[in-house]
Amino acid sequence: MAHKWGMVVDLDRCTGCEACVVACHAENNIPTAGEDQAARGRAKHWIRVERYWEGDFPNPRVRFQPVLCQQCDEAPCEPVCPTYASYHTPEGLNSQVYNRCIGTRFCANACPYNVRFFNFYNPEWDKPLQLQLNPDVSVRSVGVMEKCTFCVQRIKAAEIQAEAEKRELKDGEFTTACAQSCPSKALIFGDLNDSASEVARLASSNRGTKLLGELGTKPNVTYLERGTWEDANHG
Amino acid sequence: MQTTAEQIEQDLLRPLFHSSGKYWIAVAIATSLLLAGVAAFGYQLYAGIGVWGLNSPVFWAFDITNFVFWIGISHAGTLISAILRLTNATWRRPVTRCAEAITVFSVLIGAIIPLCHIGRPWLAYWMIPYPSERHIWPNFRSPLAWDFFAISTYLTGSTTFLYLPTIPDFAAVRDVSTGLRKKIYRVLALGWQGTPRQWQRLEVAMHIMAVVIVPVAVSVHTIVSWDFAMTLVPMWHSSIFGPYFVAGAIFSGIAALILAMALLRKFLHLEQYLRPIHFENLGKLLLTMSLLWFYFTFAERLTAWYGNSPPEMAVFWESIRKNFAPLFWTMVVCNFIIPVPILAIKRLRTITGTAIASATVVVGMWLERFLIVVPALEHKFLPYSWGTYRPTWVEDTLMASSFGMMALLYLLFSKFVPMISIWEMKVGLQSHAGVPMVAPAEGQVALEGPQ
Repeated sequence: MAHKWGMVVDLDRCTGCEACVVACHAENNIPTAGEDQAARGRAKHWIRVERYWEGDFPNPRVRFQPVLCQQCDEAPCEPVCPTYASYHTPEGLNSQVYNRCIGTRFCANACPYNVRFFNFYNPEWDKPLQLQLNPDVSVRSVGVMEKCTFCVQRIKAAEIQAEAEKRELKDGEFTTACAQSCPSKALIFGDLNDSASEVARLASSNRGTKLLGELGTKPNVTYLERGTWEDANHG
Repeated sequence: MQTTAEQIEQDLLRPLFHSSGKYWIAVAIATSLLLAGVAAFGYQLYAGIGVWGLNSPVFWAFDITNFVFWIGISHAGTLISAILRLTNATWRRPVTRCAEAITVFSVLIGAIIPLCHIGRPWLAYWMIPYPSERHIWPNFRSPLAWDFFAISTYLTGSTTFLYLPTIPDFAAVRDVSTGLRKKIYRVLALGWQGTPRQWQRLEVAMHIMAVVIVPVAVSVHTIVSWDFAMTLVPMWHSSIFGPYFVAGAIFSGIAALILAMALLRKFLHLEQYLRPIHFENLGKLLLTMSLLWFYFTFAERLTAWYGNSPPEMAVFWESIRKNFAPLFWTMVVCNFIIPVPILAIKRLRTITGTAIASATVVVGMWLERFLIVVPALEHKFLPYSWGTYRPTWVEDTLMASSFGMMALLYLLFSKFVPMISIWEMKVGLQSHAGVPMVAPAEGQVALEGPQ
């Protein structure tokens, strides 16, 4: 059976440390925007940790919510691209084909999660950071869109390795950079079509919800959150 | 006051052979605006489109506002001229040519803007379906691909629609000029001799184009609206957008036409041709469209308010009450509160009155497009990713240069083509004199005219 890559984000485990953000930058050759550009809204993070506050002083409660591309089955970004740069792979990924992109930015406007990013300038790295670029990931030039790929380079490497060894992929054999670096194991990546996988088990948890699920985008990322005390008493 | 065929020809051909100092000053200003835009675009290509004020999440702003604005202005000409031709409204005669010219030039500008706004303009030709080594066709599900086909069809159609009724006038210029000018106009006139057979064919061709161009014009602005409505973005995803945009386009188009006519009348001394009745009639049309615009805006806003869905209400209050409120209420004043009384009261519906109303409508309709594009993008679903937008000098310059380009094209057009159709005015003269309006009679008029 074909793979269907998915992720679970356990909000009850997330501490908001942003290790995932740093790991993603390093793995995927994402340049840092710098102070000026960030202030102008040009910061690029394929995964970000959203912070929301509930309640007022003296008892505010902070909630962290890591948001990355939800790799939707019914992705609003895909039909709007005039050049097929935003493309649905047979394994269910929303891939962005940089070479096809002419930069209309329609996909970014159509995405309800704001997880698509545009290269306003050619990327630059402060020396000596250019030496740590990942050779498996293309560096994107000015004028194209980019976004979370679910570390497609890792997926492909693992698939090729498994095929060379004439065996099936094992669950947990590889994972994305963000999930790998999460100290509290709040991010779990894997094959949703493999019913024995950890991600498939957790995705069907009754703690699970989809981000903006009401829009019908059918995300492949599931958020886990324990109900509040009041919910439990209703339940 | 009795106008004769000779005088019509003399008056309307005069701008082609004589230009005042003011004309060249206007050309110089328009050209420098256009060149400033070319320079700004060059800088943008060199430095990256980051020199614009766009950011995440506001990926479209001035660029798309101006695109929709100019495509909207283009609905002046073709649509109005086609409808007036089809309904045989005889007062249309001095109006059609300058209206159709607005259409062609503003569609041209509207078509150039998206080419400049994309991230890699040098690859814009990938929108064209052609067999290529990439083995990929455009994505026909994308409203942008629909845009490409709609706008290129509209540009071709409206150029033809402008050209056809100009052929007899090109022949008239050919017959009175000498040297190189004569050679150029001989080509443009396509061998026009004014035989009854040629008149009959021209009539048929013009009639076909008038019928065909109406649905094309309606579809173009509907498809432009679908660039927004086909997404899930709050306050964009609305079935009212198609007709709302078409009505808004005709609204701003008529306003642009009235402004252009008022300027032509003053500077080309066409007082005898563009008379108060034309401004009066177009003013009534503008009044109708203003009321229709208000109805659409009210219906759109009221349904959003009653629906009360949180993502939509975030955008709704942003435009009505918060950051964008000054612009929103300026828009309402410009599109409704100022023009409606001016246009509804007969005493105020003068040339000056309609020109003032039109000027506010052009401003108001630009604001309308800006208020559709930007507040929604700033406030999409997840509040953490909300943003703000402020244009940079590069975007301001590009916008100014689009107006410069329009002015320049229009000025040059008035130098090469009579802004009012000479032969149609002569037909008007004949029909006033009691001669039946049939094709052979028109042919004779044009045949005799140039002598």
